[in-house]
Amino acid sequence: MDHKRRAFVRVAAGALAVSGLLKAGSAGAASWNKPGFESKAFGDAVKNLGAANMIESKDIAITAPDIAENGAVVPIAVTSRIPNTESISVVAEKNPFPLAATFDVSNGAEPYASVRIKMGQTSNVRAIVKADGKFYTAAKEVKVTVGGCG
Amino acid sequence: MAEPMRIRATLQGDVADVRILMRHPMETGQRKDAKGEVVPVHFIQSVVVTHNGKTVLDAQWSQAVSRDPFLGLRVKGAKAGDKITVTWIDNKGDRRTDESTVAASS
Repeated sequence: MDHKRRAFVRVAAGALAVSGLLKAGSAGAASWNKPGFESKAFGDAVKNLGAANMIESKDIAITAPDIAENGAVVPIAVTSRIPNTESISVVAEKNPFPLAATFDVSNGAEPYASVRIKMGQTSNVRAIVKADGKFYTAAKEVKVTVGGCG
Repeated sequence: MAEPMRIRATLQGDVADVRILMRHPMETGQRKDAKGEVVPVHFIQSVVVTHNGKTVLDAQWSQAVSRDPFLGLRVKGAKAGDKITVTWIDNKGDRRTDESTVAASS
């Protein structure tokens, strides 16, 4: 167990060093976007992602149910066809904390992520994609019958 | 305390379809228990997935991710036998690492 942990530390340190080199200036691996995740309004969350100037794009596909009977488990999958996609964020516009997740893809991972989120009420689910330093977005409405935040 | 993850990686052409199921309560900090007391917020903040030691996905999560989280990703250029390692860290500093190998498509 202990040597496993040490191995992880080594891997993590390596990953940090590598990502630090690749995206100089960015915060590096595993730095949690506290202001973004603690934003209570959709607009603030977007601003704290740095995506205030995001552009609507048809090259982002969101797979989500039209109607979610159980707001505690809403499956969301996002695929980006935008070249050089660096990260994909999932935002439930009317959640108490709208930003649900950010996925940074690198080293051959396809610009795709699938996750299940909680939704408090019917709202747009918005994907925000960062590619070449620019932000693109697409949205899909999900109707929630029973909220999943309580 | 953390229970093992279930990781399945299956080749489809040269792309590994990776599916990860973690065990975690993912408390939002908004739920009240039977006594009416707020259950403290407790959720996975960071998930790192590596393919043969290279980071392919670095995810940051909020408490909005569902309980017992599911994560799906696709890794290009993968081969059968490649190593997929997943590590998560939650807001209390608990962490867990599990690994699996890419299986050939059946």
